[in-house]
Amino acid sequence: MKTTRRKFLQCTGTAVGASLLLGPNNAFGSMTEKDNSPQYGMLNDTTMCTGCQACEQACTAKNFFPEPEVKPETEKQRSTGTEALTVVNAHATEKGTVFVKTQCMHCDQPACVSACLVNAMYKTDEGPVIWKEDKCMGCRYCMVACPFDIPKFEYGSLNPKIRKCVMCFDRIGKGNIPVCAEACPQEAILFGTREELLEIARKRISDHPAKYVRHIYGEHEVGGTNILYLAGVPFAQLGFRTDLGTIPYPEYTKTFLYSVPLALLLAPAFMLGLRQATKGKNDRD
Amino acid sequence: MNTSETSTPTYRKVGQDMWKFILAELKPKGKLLTPFNIISAPIIILGLVLIVLRFATGLGATTNLNQEFPWGIWIGFDVVTGVAFAAGAYIVTFMVYVLRMEKYHSIVRATVLNGFLAYIFYAGALALDLGRPWKIINPIIGNSFGVSSVLFLVAWHFLLYMMAQFIEFSPAIAEWLGLRKLRKILGTLTVGAVVFGICLSMLHQSGLGALFLLAPAKIHPLWYTEYIPVLFIVSSVFAGMSIVIIEGTISHRVFGHQISAEHHAKHMDIMVGLSRLAAAALFVYFFMKVLVLIHGMHWHELLTPMGYLYLFEVLGFVVLPFVIFVMGAKNRDRKLLLSGAVISALGIIINRLNISVIAFKWYAPVHYVPSWIEVVVTLAVVLGEIWAFRWVANRMPVFAESPRWVKNLDSEAGQSVPAGVVPVKAEK
Repeated sequence: MKTTRRKFLQCTGTAVGASLLLGPNNAFGSMTEKDNSPQYGMLNDTTMCTGCQACEQACTAKNFFPEPEVKPETEKQRSTGTEALTVVNAHATEKGTVFVKTQCMHCDQPACVSACLVNAMYKTDEGPVIWKEDKCMGCRYCMVACPFDIPKFEYGSLNPKIRKCVMCFDRIGKGNIPVCAEACPQEAILFGTREELLEIARKRISDHPAKYVRHIYGEHEVGGTNILYLAGVPFAQLGFRTDLGTIPYPEYTKTFLYSVPLALLLAPAFMLGLRQATKGKNDRD
Repeated sequence: MNTSETSTPTYRKVGQDMWKFILAELKPKGKLLTPFNIISAPIIILGLVLIVLRFATGLGATTNLNQEFPWGIWIGFDVVTGVAFAAGAYIVTFMVYVLRMEKYHSIVRATVLNGFLAYIFYAGALALDLGRPWKIINPIIGNSFGVSSVLFLVAWHFLLYMMAQFIEFSPAIAEWLGLRKLRKILGTLTVGAVVFGICLSMLHQSGLGALFLLAPAKIHPLWYTEYIPVLFIVSSVFAGMSIVIIEGTISHRVFGHQISAEHHAKHMDIMVGLSRLAAAALFVYFFMKVLVLIHGMHWHELLTPMGYLYLFEVLGFVVLPFVIFVMGAKNRDRKLLLSGAVISALGIIINRLNISVIAFKWYAPVHYVPSWIEVVVTLAVVLGEIWAFRWVANRMPVFAESPRWVKNLDSEAGQSVPAGVVPVKAEK
């Protein structure tokens, strides 16, 4: 087989094209890299929450949203929305009515971040998952991916934004704590580093084994979340999804993404080889 | 459609003024008031009005999308199904340029054109669905590379593949405009573009499936499997073949007068060959579906309403078209082949919509149903693509033979023969 200039250019072109696509793939490593610096989180103790909605009010006041009008009721479950980044729901359980505050779980390896093609969803080093307005193109893949259905989209707007709890990222930077944790009169919302909070949660469970179920929701769910929950009844009774597993969501697409550079390298060589192999007498190259 | 809408292309001659020629070509050719035009034109015009309305009033006012269902038929049909339908281009170019199956050379240009326009129109419809479309350039330029996102990969591959397909088709444009030198250069790029295009196609056909890997808790277990990407790529083979058979059958009637007698005679052979390939892909796909079902251990779900839908999809739109294709290919029955293609194409629509819309959050008390606006815009996109296809096929050498000078050019250059040109046999 003689290497003509054309063939050389073809192969080089293919290789350059392939490596251009390969370049950014090196960054996959960062996807699963564990950051050992302390990350902030919150511990919601559902046994202490009285459903007063002080957290909701503090949140809407901070973000200039209308105040919540509906009280938590067991008959009517509310979900977070574009103007309600956290909501408290009431659940009828074996131990009576239990209130649960919902908001973004700030996953350790968030599905929304691995879904986002423009890095608009971003996991900060401090723990909060934030959204960058100048990057987002509004594809809503984060909403498809989020196992907790947290990102909300302003469908009514011509300049729609994704709305979700950002753990008061601006306040944390200045040494303050999120407004919901600050507003809670029951101290049912604790703010701190995830490690500290896990220790507090474990201690509460071991000190009061009758009061708590032996499960910290968010310790292992979807690879761990920065928001942790304690409960007196099984989490399934409190509207939590208990079927999410412990695999971090980015893992689900990792195999596929890893196979991409491989395919881009091997397939062209394979095809050019096939083309040579099927060459007949009258065929031109 | 009927034949009166079409005419035989005339190409620019040496010395003819280029701009005058293009201006003359812009005028409609053939009869305007045909049944197809009378039905499709109002839908396209309404669709355009609705697209303006969508940008003037936002997604909330025009679609039934909501916080529970962020993706509707503009993604599930236009993009996810449309791209599967465009798969014919990478398969036919693979057969012709890599495996050198010369039998299929005559359908390359029509298939590549169809694929290219499908990407422009269907994937272009993606821009309608974006909430912040003015940021559409972000994944391409700037420091916003979300490299861990499957969607990032899909977006890049869409863009690159559209360019590859344009290069594959560009010799036809050069022939139309009588640009000999450019045609000579473009002809040399074909094989490179084809090989690169096939890689891109395989990766984003499967990539579209891989998008849904991130929703394991939201897609019904009968459809969610880690093998979604593999199932997508295998099913894209019979999706692509079905559309090529449907398009080929219609084109054969509509543009029949442009096609040379030699190709007329070969047409049935080509259709039979494509049907055999589609049947093989359907068989492999069915086999994999069964394997995934057994491995997933979700067979108890088969006797639920979603299970009936699953069985409807797999038995009615995978097994049935397989049988029809096999019988049609054996008896060389044009009608059977066409009906097999239509059924398997419908099956692709059902499958893609199942994964992206219907089996997505099957547990939700109120499920998403598209608004009439979403449906009309989707119809307008499909019809617009057919209009664009017809426009090009009436002007450029897609079905018709290339101008005579091309044959001399190719044999001079001693290069591989780009799409559409009947290969010149070795000089006697």
